[in-house]
Amino acid sequence: MELPPIAFDEMLRTDGSAHPAYGDYMAWFEGQELTRLRRKAEEADANFRRTGITFNVYGAEEAEERLIPFDIIPRIIGGQEWKKVSRGIEQRVRALNAFLHDVYHRQEIIRAGRVPESLIAKNSAFLPAMIGFTPPGRVYTHIVGIDLVRTGPDEFFVLEDNARTPSGVSYMLENRETMMNMFPELFSAIRVREVGSYPANLRRSLEACAPDGCSGKPVIAVLTPGIFNSAYFEHAFLADQMGAELVEGHDLRIVDGRVAMRTTQGFKPIDVLYRRVDDDYLDPMTFRPDSQLGVPGIMDLYRAGKITIANAPGTGICDDKAIYSYMPEIVEFYTGEKPLLPNVQTWRCAEPEALKYVLDHLKELVVKEVHGSGGYGMLVGPAASRAELEAFRKKLKARPGNYIAQPTLALSTVPILGKSGLAPRHVDLRPFVLVAPDRIDITPGGLTRVALKKGSLVVNSSQGGGTKDSWVLED
Amino acid sequence: MLGRTAGGIFWMFRYLERSENMARLIEAGHRMALTRGMGSDEEWRSVVMTAGLRSAYEARFDNYEPQNVVNFLMRDKTNPASILSMLESARHNARMTRVALTREVWEATNIFWMRIKERMTRPVRETDLPGLIAMIRQQSAQVRGALHGSMLRLDIYNFARLGTFLERADNTARILDVKYYVLLPSLSFVGAALDNVQWETILRSVSAEHAFRWLNAGGTRPVGVAEFLICDGRFPRSLSFCYQKLHGNLAYLEKDYGFRVPAHDLADEMHGSICKQGIETIFESGLHEFLTDFMARNARLAAEIERNYRFYG
Repeated sequence: MELPPIAFDEMLRTDGSAHPAYGDYMAWFEGQELTRLRRKAEEADANFRRTGITFNVYGAEEAEERLIPFDIIPRIIGGQEWKKVSRGIEQRVRALNAFLHDVYHRQEIIRAGRVPESLIAKNSAFLPAMIGFTPPGRVYTHIVGIDLVRTGPDEFFVLEDNARTPSGVSYMLENRETMMNMFPELFSAIRVREVGSYPANLRRSLEACAPDGCSGKPVIAVLTPGIFNSAYFEHAFLADQMGAELVEGHDLRIVDGRVAMRTTQGFKPIDVLYRRVDDDYLDPMTFRPDSQLGVPGIMDLYRAGKITIANAPGTGICDDKAIYSYMPEIVEFYTGEKPLLPNVQTWRCAEPEALKYVLDHLKELVVKEVHGSGGYGMLVGPAASRAELEAFRKKLKARPGNYIAQPTLALSTVPILGKSGLAPRHVDLRPFVLVAPDRIDITPGGLTRVALKKGSLVVNSSQGGGTKDSWVLED
Repeated sequence: MLGRTAGGIFWMFRYLERSENMARLIEAGHRMALTRGMGSDEEWRSVVMTAGLRSAYEARFDNYEPQNVVNFLMRDKTNPASILSMLESARHNARMTRVALTREVWEATNIFWMRIKERMTRPVRETDLPGLIAMIRQQSAQVRGALHGSMLRLDIYNFARLGTFLERADNTARILDVKYYVLLPSLSFVGAALDNVQWETILRSVSAEHAFRWLNAGGTRPVGVAEFLICDGRFPRSLSFCYQKLHGNLAYLEKDYGFRVPAHDLADEMHGSICKQGIETIFESGLHEFLTDFMARNARLAAEIERNYRFYG
């Protein structure tokens, strides 16, 4: 069996010295007592519980609220490193929006033969209701999360695009709050780029995408599936921070040709709806008729330009894992430039040769469901038992089109504070991107997710992952 | 603000008020049971009755053992009126309306719930009772303090207060009614000097024993106690006080929103009429009838507020 190569550690070189970005932090760290730091870590947990920063677990017997474990060792990225990464993110996000506009209009990219038609036409994420319609400001993905992994000093890859309703930004913000409360001295000594303006930027960005007919200050509301949704805390948090109403489907109704919310003083029209409800549930008249979470008729008003929906319905067509493998072509097609951020090598199991390779090398690969998310339905070859491998082999043969495969990357590590000191663990990074008609804002850093189990590569919170505060240093 | 949010806040503060009242009631019952000397089961039966939970309780238990009563009222999850259940509900509503609350109010509520939940994982023993009641009092005060100290005086705050005072008025009226019934089966007692301990139960159930003595040194005529709890606008749990507040909170909404709703007329009428005729007249025409009518109108006002401000639709 082939083991993945030794992972790159972002903090320490193999000789034990710190990489430049961690220099100041290490100087501080070496003066700390382990017991004090451990106490601080407990404080952080208590703080998260008190403030209710929890997520709900699906399928648990009693509706259970859990904390996402937080690790107090920050993940630090140098200013120059970040500049390069963020240029790549911006390029990619522009391409995603251009792709969406094209896919729902002239489909030039298909005519040019760069993306197969079947991938679009047969994709359940493609919404015919969006054909020929251009959202206000021509923005499709108002909020995007680009998942990055790192394998070396200068090697960042895009692992996944999240263009539907990416979550996690509230953890990014609360992690920073917590760190500043616990270690104020660190933030006076080290110049870390702030992330706290995200909610204000989000508001500005959404306002800039208000429908043309909107006069005055746009009314913004956040649509949540409700208190039992796993990301409910975040929905409430963002509404609160933006000064927007947090609404549920049954608060909304169509009144006088507008989507309006039921207030204590009557129905009040909404201009921009930041929805955290999936496409399928948005409008029972257009999509799932059994949905209680959406607003009957909202799609008609949307198409009539009476309301902005963020993200636009149908953006799922660009972050599908099958589309992912075409992203290098997509970036080049719309920007005329080579991608600044590479994709991870991907085998599309729908292609017979790729399938053969994947079956022959299953033990070395990570196999993912094309439509899966959250780390469910995924096989990590090197960590899988013989029985698991066999089970997946059958699935692959039965429905090859349902899977893609990637090499098992040696994801970079950042140490966590373990029982007896620093211990390296694999991480990824989700920067958050806001798209307005005239600008793209990228959070410096984002949410670092960390696999807390030694050797594990799965960072998803639903699978036992934790988070870290992510610092981008001022130059 | 959203109608649903107004409803969530309104009920959140009803639940909080109710759980605090329940703690008070248990405390008074316990105290009585300790001081009466003879079988304490009678006292506990009276506590359950006052809480309006007699049939629910008797469906579960065939005796009034203190242990059973205390655990039923404090931590039984199958009893939606137990302190634990009500705090779950209050905290659920606080999460639902998180955007309308300050961080201080949310955290105070969340901490209240976390502490209670932790303490209630095991049965409550008699020896834990005083400490537990003290904790509930203190945590309630924290939430109240956070509300007063951190919330803008907008519609949100006024809906919170409406919930509090409607619940409180109902509670005081109910205690008076049940106790009056239990302790004074015959109207011939009215006006006579009575068993002080009995009246003290009533006063204790609304934490009024000190306040009453402060204002009425030496006098414990039943009519004086009733007058205090119904008409004394200085006592924060009296019916009169609650209606001063309800009147004021509704007046704020009228001014802020620029329109009147049927709830305003109802509250005005209640506010003006509670003690207009004087306590002697109330006793003459029947305290029980007065209280029954009051509770019905109080409930009607709550229903009007829910409808007028579109809590549900």
